[in-house]
Amino acid sequence: MRLQRYLLFVLFAICLIGCRGKSTSEGPSPPSDSGYIENKGSDTIVNLALAWAEEYQSIHPDVRISVTGGGSGTGIAALFNNTVDIANASRKIKPEEREAIEKNGTEPFEFVIARDAIAIIVNPENPIEQITLQQLSDIYSGKIDNWKELGGEDRPIVRLSREVNSGTHVYFLEEVVRLGDKENKTLFSKDTLLLPSSEGITAEVRDNPNAIGYDGLGYVTPDVKVVPVSRGDDSPFIYPSANTVNTDTYPIARDLYMYTAGQPAGLVKIYLDWIFSPEAQVIVNELGFVPIINSDE
Amino acid sequence: MGKFQKIQELFVSGLIKVSGYSAIIFVLLILYFLLSEGLPALKEVSVQSLLETRWYPIEDFYGLLPLIGGSIIVTLGATLIAVPIGIGTAVYIAEVSPRWAKEILKPMVEVLAGIPSVVLGFLGILAFTSLLRQSLDLPTGLTALTGSILLALISIPTIVSVSEDALDAVPRSYRDAAVALGATEWETIWKVTLPAARSGVITAVMLGIGRTIGETMAVMMVTGNAPILPTGLRDLFSPVRTMTATIAAEMGEVASGSTHYHILFFIGIVLFLISLIVNLTASAVVFRQRKRSERILS
Repeated sequence: MRLQRYLLFVLFAICLIGCRGKSTSEGPSPPSDSGYIENKGSDTIVNLALAWAEEYQSIHPDVRISVTGGGSGTGIAALFNNTVDIANASRKIKPEEREAIEKNGTEPFEFVIARDAIAIIVNPENPIEQITLQQLSDIYSGKIDNWKELGGEDRPIVRLSREVNSGTHVYFLEEVVRLGDKENKTLFSKDTLLLPSSEGITAEVRDNPNAIGYDGLGYVTPDVKVVPVSRGDDSPFIYPSANTVNTDTYPIARDLYMYTAGQPAGLVKIYLDWIFSPEAQVIVNELGFVPIINSDE
Repeated sequence: MGKFQKIQELFVSGLIKVSGYSAIIFVLLILYFLLSEGLPALKEVSVQSLLETRWYPIEDFYGLLPLIGGSIIVTLGATLIAVPIGIGTAVYIAEVSPRWAKEILKPMVEVLAGIPSVVLGFLGILAFTSLLRQSLDLPTGLTALTGSILLALISIPTIVSVSEDALDAVPRSYRDAAVALGATEWETIWKVTLPAARSGVITAVMLGIGRTIGETMAVMMVTGNAPILPTGLRDLFSPVRTMTATIAAEMGEVASGSTHYHILFFIGIVLFLISLIVNLTASAVVFRQRKRSERILS
């Protein structure tokens, strides 16, 4: 009898807790000018976006900025699902993604917020000294299978790539594997290892003398070997750096983007304006990316 | 009994009934959701192209065979490693070990069961990949075998604890009878105790396989995720991409409602079917054995 009443009470309490949980989650989301910015997308940019957010919040303590990664596609998908204010992307928005946003009655606005070079990395034991874009394309499409063919040791080549949801992967496919040719339908070789993170690629390259990989310049650690790249047989072999990216001499460099749905307004606009200021662009340099000097949207 | 008590009784028993049926409702809801999101894939992509051997969704190559093959070979490898070790450990704990060893071993196995698979994945990257690459002279250590070893570590605790329970449940008189007939300890275990506990041991193995095929994180970290169609056990030494890793790696990125999205749910259906088949086989085997033993006893 007593036990029953106790059980009844417990069940009732559980119901109450359940109800309360529901009502709080249905609360209205804060409007965009109330001091909160949601920022999501490319894993390449996530460290940079975090550094900016921290710096901005230390100057403006009343503003809160939340930064998460997940990949360029993830960020843009969140933009048309209306769950973020700013999406980070390491590639341009795709036409179908643009359409999805236009279906919501707005259009995406694009900002080039920094530039990035993609470094080609191998194990420090690998004697290879330089590589051309054509050779990279042949390696990743599976035409070259052994380091011997590039003047290296007699070792099989293990190709490392980021996962297909990464903007870096798409950029590398278009600009390196297909050599920037839109008609070219070459694909990555089937046995290319698709690793879920930049750190995964660095770890395997550090460990495995057979491996070749690519990573954003900001992610390259001193214990892997960066190989200089040439556009063709006559062009010089160039190491990636802020300087060679800004003068367009390093061949595998790209723009990094932030997108908003509709013309940015209020807090988001102030934040984006600050990102193009010299003090914010200094941080770009510190993280191994290349700053934008003249912002043209 | 007063009126209030009757209402109370009705309310409580009703609630308990609802929680009892909720498991069935959840399974049905999940199945409905999977089917409604996954079956449109068959309309958008022909079955023939699903049976191709190339998986590259961002260019509309949706061949599922490499992914299914990848999951199967990793699971097969894990089973080959985990079953002998798991049953061996269970036999040692239940039949051979002195009491103090038993008291240390059992909690240790449970601790192994509690290690999160991400942590095992780290362990795999740090310890196994370069070890395997160097000792077997492979191009890379990120292979199906590495995944199998980690999955074996994950499924061994399940196999050990379930089959140990089954061995414990074998009546003492069976062993006494065997020993009285002059059987050695090994003969008793191999010919009397294990066969008597067979249905429990098979359940243990099936539960282990179920645990293995659904595991995601550790596999994604160490198998290299290259969608190559495995054609034999030899391919344990090359990289593979499993169905679970594919869903985990690509789900975050797809636009909801796209073909790629529906195909990922379709992979979910395939996974669901495979584990259903594993479960059905297990219960069929157990059921048949019970019938046979009943026949002998009657």
